[in-house]
Amino acid sequence: MIRSDVLKDIAPVIAEHLVVCNIGLPSQELHLIDDQPTNFYMLGTMGLSSSIGLGLALAQNKKVISIDGDGSVLTNFGTLPTIANNAASNYILLIIDNGSYGSTGDQPTYAGRKTSLTKVAQACGCDNVVECKAEDTKAEIEKALAGDEMTIIVCKCESGNIPVPVITMDPVVIRQRFMDAVAS
Amino acid sequence: MSVNDKIVSDLVDNDISFVTTVPCKQLAGVIDAIDAHQDIMHVPSNKEDEGMGLCAGAFMGGKRSAIIMQNTAIGVTVNTLATLVQYYRMPLPMLISYRGELGEPVACQVEMAVHTKAILAQMNIPTYHFHHEDDVNELDKILKYTYMCNKPVAILTDASFWKGY
Repeated sequence: MIRSDVLKDIAPVIAEHLVVCNIGLPSQELHLIDDQPTNFYMLGTMGLSSSIGLGLALAQNKKVISIDGDGSVLTNFGTLPTIANNAASNYILLIIDNGSYGSTGDQPTYAGRKTSLTKVAQACGCDNVVECKAEDTKAEIEKALAGDEMTIIVCKCESGNIPVPVITMDPVVIRQRFMDAVAS
Repeated sequence: MSVNDKIVSDLVDNDISFVTTVPCKQLAGVIDAIDAHQDIMHVPSNKEDEGMGLCAGAFMGGKRSAIIMQNTAIGVTVNTLATLVQYYRMPLPMLISYRGELGEPVACQVEMAVHTKAILAQMNIPTYHFHHEDDVNELDKILKYTYMCNKPVAILTDASFWKGY
């Protein structure tokens, strides 16, 4: 399974929850597969999906799922200690780890070589870190949503992309639509 | 009321209840005061762009947020300011220690000080400079202005304002 297969698989499970989605192809794919007002699409700012999601989870009570990538987590490694030390029970970080920078042409990341993001997250103090195969991601998200504990899911999948259009929605529309969904 | 207490009081009076900080020696007192205040959730961040992501999320979650940081980090936050805070039109008060000004003992701090206002001006970020202690009396209006215009707004606070390094 590649990232878009994972997103298709989990779309029904995350549809009714607040989702902060990573820059580039992940947001474009999620937008194509299942656009929802509860989706916050990042149009720029690589690396901050997990930080935006954590801030959102700490500020209100609804469940929040940040969809991130291995490359983006590597860009913003400082996020993991912050998540560990400010654990929000309504927060799930899904790292779709395909071992490559998908949006820029599948250049390999260090997460696909010697570096284990699962072990890094654990070493940073995150208590509930699950590494799973791509096909088990949906079940792991369902389990995390049913529980009451901050969860980091590292989904190991294959690299590869599907052709998707860019998101042309205005950022202020994305933001306001999302904030209305948060407040509803 | 001390400057630190005045700053925290103005933040709280303007409904700011989520603050992220990256420390600076000049900001130690105000960070302590924020950490101790029961109406403010204080989430220290490891890097300033990460902190701006936290603030963006908290803002969308219904909490007004602010960042406290040093001016040396202005450079690393340019992309986040442009593509997140400004692009999505989010208000963000930035209380910034203005290192490298008069009274500065560390020469390297001057190297970013000379770029600080230029970068903020290039980004069309409204910028205020607290030099005298009384300048703190403008903070309340600056915060209201920030939420009126939905922009990141910089408040530079130099060593003279803080009464020394």
